[in-house]
Amino acid sequence: MPRKTMIEAIRDAMDVMMGVNQDVVVFGEDVGYFGGVFRATQGLQAKYGKTRCFDTPISELGIVGSAIGMAAYGLRPCVEVQFADYMYPAYDQIVSEAARLRYRSNGDFTCPIVVRMPTGGGISGGQTHSQSPEALFTHVSGLKTVVPSNPSDAKGLLIAAIEDPDPVIFLEPKRLYNGPFDGYPDRPVTPWSRHELGEVPDGHYAIPLGQAVVRRKGTSVTVLAYGTMVHVAMAAAAETGVDAEIIDLRTLLPLDLLAIEASVRKTGRCVIVHEATLTSGFGAELSALVQETCFYHLEAPIRRVTGFDTPYPHAQEWDYFPGPARLGRALLEIMEQ
Amino acid sequence: MTEHSALALHVPEPAVRPGGTPDFSGVRIPEAGSVGRPEVVADPSSIRDLAFSIIRVLNRKGEAVGPWAGLLGDAELLEGLRHMMTMRAFDARMLMAQRQGKTSFYMQHMGEEAVSCAFRKALRPGDMNFPTYRQAGLLIADGYPLVDMMCQIYSNEMDPLKGRQLPVLYSSRKHGFFTISGNLATQYIQAVGWAMASAIKHDTKIAVGWIGDGSTAESDFHAALVFASTYEAPVVLNIVNNQWAISTFQGMARGSSATFAARGLGFGIPSLRVDGNDYLAVYAVARWAIERARRNLGPTLIEHVTYRVGAHSTSDDPTAYRPKTESDAWPLGDPVIRLKNHLIVRGAWSEERHKQAEAEILDTVIAAQKAAESHGTLHAGGQPSVRDMFEGLYAEMPPHLRRQRQEAGV
Repeated sequence: MPRKTMIEAIRDAMDVMMGVNQDVVVFGEDVGYFGGVFRATQGLQAKYGKTRCFDTPISELGIVGSAIGMAAYGLRPCVEVQFADYMYPAYDQIVSEAARLRYRSNGDFTCPIVVRMPTGGGISGGQTHSQSPEALFTHVSGLKTVVPSNPSDAKGLLIAAIEDPDPVIFLEPKRLYNGPFDGYPDRPVTPWSRHELGEVPDGHYAIPLGQAVVRRKGTSVTVLAYGTMVHVAMAAAAETGVDAEIIDLRTLLPLDLLAIEASVRKTGRCVIVHEATLTSGFGAELSALVQETCFYHLEAPIRRVTGFDTPYPHAQEWDYFPGPARLGRALLEIMEQ
Repeated sequence: MTEHSALALHVPEPAVRPGGTPDFSGVRIPEAGSVGRPEVVADPSSIRDLAFSIIRVLNRKGEAVGPWAGLLGDAELLEGLRHMMTMRAFDARMLMAQRQGKTSFYMQHMGEEAVSCAFRKALRPGDMNFPTYRQAGLLIADGYPLVDMMCQIYSNEMDPLKGRQLPVLYSSRKHGFFTISGNLATQYIQAVGWAMASAIKHDTKIAVGWIGDGSTAESDFHAALVFASTYEAPVVLNIVNNQWAISTFQGMARGSSATFAARGLGFGIPSLRVDGNDYLAVYAVARWAIERARRNLGPTLIEHVTYRVGAHSTSDDPTAYRPKTESDAWPLGDPVIRLKNHLIVRGAWSEERHKQAEAEILDTVIAAQKAAESHGTLHAGGQPSVRDMFEGLYAEMPPHLRRQRQEAGV
């Protein structure tokens, strides 16, 4: 099976969908001729023409707002916001419009759009190229929020997102574009070509939104992770020797609560890890759900390992980033409780 | 070194406040018929003057004059008058219904009826409006059932929107009326996107965006003009300048700019100002702009110069911020009376027939109201179900909402 980087897998998903569905259009800043600053759309304009894949003015509001209008017409726009950190001008369009069209019009108008955004840090991007705003989307009624952790999932989930009849926020951990980064910036990254999840089937396949997957079976503690943190968790489990069950959520909303419940009931312990800031982060929701559904199975308080409640710093990036050392400590500590 | 005095901030104020004498002498009103009508293929740079004048057709004597006249016959004008009168009667009844506690909120169109009623008649089936909350004339002029509008206002068991929307935020794809947001300006850029989609698919349909004078200050307005200009989208972008954004006079959003229409010139978009209280002028300018869009010549910006006679909404009291008699002093008159007078001048109408029509229309509106109220009002009679609150958010209800619905016991 061919192995691809995550960027190639994402491009492949758009390529497949543009091929099978003439209504799929792709646009954003630098997305057309140049193929995007991360090269996710490279070659799509040459292949499908410049009315199917094109550059836009620097206006995230304009990109998402026009996509909503196109979706109302009947197209299926899959747009790129260059960095998730730049999505705030489009937030009103996402929250007040995309998320509510179906509901407020009683199905008269719908909004099948995908908004792709590179997310997360670890690339020396400072506070404006490193944010993880997933909780700002999971808090909004009417959206679906997806965070893939590898090329194989990224392609299948993006195809499912484009085919979904409702708006989907597709957050791409940019530190994973070239390999399964495990949180050690000073070590060479294993390329996806040497990782089994770099195997990306050709052609069309969809991974249903709302299904988590167990990345590592374990008996002692459940680790709830998504995106880059899945690989950090794998490293932390290997280093500490803690027999952790690592769940890759893949979709934050709809959430696969059954998979979470089944695991925590088995292990009796739960550590939640994300790169975003702690307070009101998605981990707070996960923690509440685990407490509500698994309280009598818990043998220790639920732990959260996350970014700190500061803007994403530049020089102190690796002090901020919840790497394997911090997560490993949490795993060892929760096993003592 | 040059000496500078201390800086001072300029905060604009309207010319007159309550207690003062209304004064519109600063509003330059050109003679009807005095503004030229360029070909739709005219080079935008050659018609920049249209952004600073006001295109008018009906003169003080009720005659249709000048190059923008002559597009509509007696039957079409009579139909237009009937639409505007229906809109006005509808407003009066719904305003009263709100005061009687039958709904929570209402917004009337008084003085602005010509803008949406006339514009709709220049569109074709399949074209899409992205309206704000004061363009219900688009629905009435397209034959959308009054009963359905009222059921929406009452949020009753027959509300097409299942009680999920604030009154007057209608939606009807069939009638080319995009679901109204209630957040201002957001739909301007969506209209441009819809138009881009139509062009991408080599369709023949066009889109129409609507915005008020106040909300042109939102960045969505700027984004819409950038995108419309860049992609030459087949869209007509309307600004309804009714002088007031709730209590804020139009000078606050306009700033030092000469006109709202002039905003389009920096984008190379042909920009026209029209007498929004002149049914014939609105129709003629709409036709011109729609023809440009249909011929793939790109976007047009239209500023409809009008006046909001009533309160912003039932939650507003304009006597707190503008003179009570200001609407009487508005120099462009009343759109219903002006069209009525024109029809009388044409020999197609009379005061007597007008009175009779008023009575007939009122009967029709009251009959519709009775029919709507038989399905309930906001607090009495038939209601949308609580189940409806949970449904229709997603195509398929996700597990967490199913759980919440079960917890709610529905």
